[in-house]
Amino acid sequence: MSIIPARAMGRPLDRFDGADKVRGLAPYAYEHPVARPAYLSAVRSTIATGQIMGIDCSQASAQPGVLGVLTHLNAPRLGTDDGELRILQSEEVAFRGQFVGAVIAETSEIARHAAGLVRVDYRPRPHDVDLESSREQGRLRVPQQIMPMFPVTVDKGDVESALAAASVRVEHNYRTPWYNHNPIEPHTTIACWNDDQLTLYVSTQYLMGVRSTVAAAFRLDPQQVRVYAPHVGGAFGSKVPVHSDLILAVMAAQLVPGRSVRFALTRHQMFTQTGYRSPTIQRVRLGADAEGRLTAVDHESFEQTSRLGEFAEHATRATPTMYATPHLRIRQQVAALDLPTPSIMRAPGESVGMFALESAMDELAVACGLDPVELRLRNEPVAHPLDGRPFSSRGLAACLREGARRFGWQPRQATTTPSRQDGWLVGTGVAASTYPVLRLPGSKATIRVTPDGRYTVLMAAVDIGTGTRTALTQVAADALRVDLAQVELRLGDTAYPPAAQEGGSAGITSWGATICVGADELRRRIAAEHGGTIPADGLEVTVDMPENPHLEQYAMHAFGAQFAEVRVHGETGEIRVPRQLGVFAVGRVVNPKTARSQLIGGMTMGLSMALHEASLLDPRYGHVINHDLATYHVSSNADVPAVQAHWIAEQDDQLNPVGIKGAGEIGIVGAAAAIANAVHHATGVRVRELPITLDKLLTV
Amino acid sequence: MDTEISLRVDGAERRLTVDTRTTLLDALRERLGNTSPKKGCDHGQCGACTVLLDGRRANSCLALAVAHDGAEIVTAAGLAADGDLHPMQRSFIAHDAFQCGYCTPGQIVSAVAMLDEAANGWPSAVTFEAPDGSDGAVGTGPVDLATSPDEIRERMSGNLCRCAAYANIVPAIQEVAQS
Repeated sequence: MSIIPARAMGRPLDRFDGADKVRGLAPYAYEHPVARPAYLSAVRSTIATGQIMGIDCSQASAQPGVLGVLTHLNAPRLGTDDGELRILQSEEVAFRGQFVGAVIAETSEIARHAAGLVRVDYRPRPHDVDLESSREQGRLRVPQQIMPMFPVTVDKGDVESALAAASVRVEHNYRTPWYNHNPIEPHTTIACWNDDQLTLYVSTQYLMGVRSTVAAAFRLDPQQVRVYAPHVGGAFGSKVPVHSDLILAVMAAQLVPGRSVRFALTRHQMFTQTGYRSPTIQRVRLGADAEGRLTAVDHESFEQTSRLGEFAEHATRATPTMYATPHLRIRQQVAALDLPTPSIMRAPGESVGMFALESAMDELAVACGLDPVELRLRNEPVAHPLDGRPFSSRGLAACLREGARRFGWQPRQATTTPSRQDGWLVGTGVAASTYPVLRLPGSKATIRVTPDGRYTVLMAAVDIGTGTRTALTQVAADALRVDLAQVELRLGDTAYPPAAQEGGSAGITSWGATICVGADELRRRIAAEHGGTIPADGLEVTVDMPENPHLEQYAMHAFGAQFAEVRVHGETGEIRVPRQLGVFAVGRVVNPKTARSQLIGGMTMGLSMALHEASLLDPRYGHVINHDLATYHVSSNADVPAVQAHWIAEQDDQLNPVGIKGAGEIGIVGAAAAIANAVHHATGVRVRELPITLDKLLTV
Repeated sequence: MDTEISLRVDGAERRLTVDTRTTLLDALRERLGNTSPKKGCDHGQCGACTVLLDGRRANSCLALAVAHDGAEIVTAAGLAADGDLHPMQRSFIAHDAFQCGYCTPGQIVSAVAMLDEAANGWPSAVTFEAPDGSDGAVGTGPVDLATSPDEIRERMSGNLCRCAAYANIVPAIQEVAQS
């Protein structure tokens, strides 16, 4: 495969939608102007599990302005067996906060008030929401469904014997909490039925998924469903799958045909209705020889799923890719609990799994008396440790070296006496990052050209803030070998050819590859059928995403190295991170400006994960108690003094015709471990359970 | 209960009927169709709904519309006249101080108001942290934001950005503060 030369690519262009966004004029789903909107407000279960014995809607229905009340008694029967989506189908309650009804009204105030007047009587059953006790009592199973392409169970060599024979051993448990995505734009929908056509404005990462899921659930032909998503206010994975809020909105719209029903989840509801990252309990065992060369790696992860459906956070996914080892064991188990179903969240798998592995590597460096950068360099594999395939490119060593140089890393043999500055203990830490190059099927693209040399590219792709609208236009211009000004990219509408999701850092890789094929095809037809000139009535081609002949031949992964400086106050234990620096190897960088924003955004979310975020479950009632942005703290401006992202030049001809790996996920991977390792360097305290809060450092 | 009120929004006089439960944010978004201020949390915790309310930044989700009859509101859509961009808006674009853009109108309104607050000598929690750890003096005149990114970070911490563009927001504001 050859990659297309860069002319527009590589330029740090401002976002094309910037002028609209800074004025608030770019319309998000809820904001599309519609005539006579109706408003929806949800009723949610107040028990964790049990049965609805009765629903009294009389007070709600009697409110002036109420247009309808939905319950399981009048909701349409759904044609889906997805447990999360099968709302209002029976008296059963599967988790606290599950939708049990809704009110449609003329205004949002009336809808909300009336929803509070719906009286539901329950017969509760005892519930089980405790992952720790499920693990202790062995109520676990190997997940059936896992994120694609990578094995859940690995046995290479004989880990137990290798560990027994190892000169140096590290064995610890690491824990990460429940996380919620919390995009600032909540999940929102406008749904409108006109005759047999359903129009949806949805905040989604995956328009085609919305269309097919809704069509199946409501027994429609997909052609009856039109989905728009021109702008999306953040997502981080929560808007890839369809969640029950969209089903509720479509049900409500059926009750008021011709009316556009607006539905926005409240921030409280965002903690139960939109997926979340499962807590993990991970055990990592490492064995090494006296020089710090790994002889055995064992990584197990225990997680939760729900009784409604299975999702497993693939926390062990990165481990086989990282380091050379003759003996490797991977296990993954889940417990099904009376809770909402977890889902994908930024760097699904890697972000929590690499916290455990990269913390353990730091512990190994200390145990071996080796510098942690040197330890990682010493364990670089020449080929993929699991199957021996060569890497299409592997920039980890280069990132570690370049990062150490830029950061001013001082090589160290072991944890030394912490340095003190004005009462603060100061330490530095490092961790590796990685994320696989995924290839998502299902994309097509249409490219039109008119005789004036203007090109229009159509795809039902979406820009969730990653900069797709800008960067993908740069890709298209170079694929078409024309100036940027000649190209218009249209996305965010299912009237355009289908496109894979914006997720798994695979949006632009999948869509960009498709556009390259379309550009080739357009040129070929102009040359073959029109003598090299664009015909008077223009020309249009529609193509599928190309196969990648190298897919089986190479292991394809992005890598990076993250460095952090941490200060811990000697008296209060207050933790600050004055400096984060990451260097990444992500293939070609299409737009340095927007790519850098993706990387620093990921790194900052990693800081947030390291120090701030945790959804706290009340086991008595089965719900997250800190279900708002005051008590679920995400990093604010004052928490983030300095974040730098860099990248190494990396040309990889095996990935796709654009030569890109994606940059949305990898920034968060390793960030929390780098900070935890720096905390250890500063204080001598190893925190193996996130977030690193000051109570965990009181022994300082 | 419905009540008629008037608001001056982005320079235009508007009369509207609101429920007495209607927040200023919902009045703007759902009654007047001005969706420049965003609803992120409806609890005054994220700052996406920030507008200038009679010249000062305010979380419009925490204000009841009926309590602000006759108020002057400026949203990010009305910061600059004649369809131009405000310097703060241009700086946000140049520094890529946002990704998804949903918190951005609130960030920008907040930043514009904050420059005024600092110019008027309003202190923040970090204003009095002298380098030697002693307290600074109160009421010592304008706060220099151009040379104090810590002041900007502190004063902008009521506006959450989940895409985490903070590392770009601070220099974007600093550049405007310098000019």
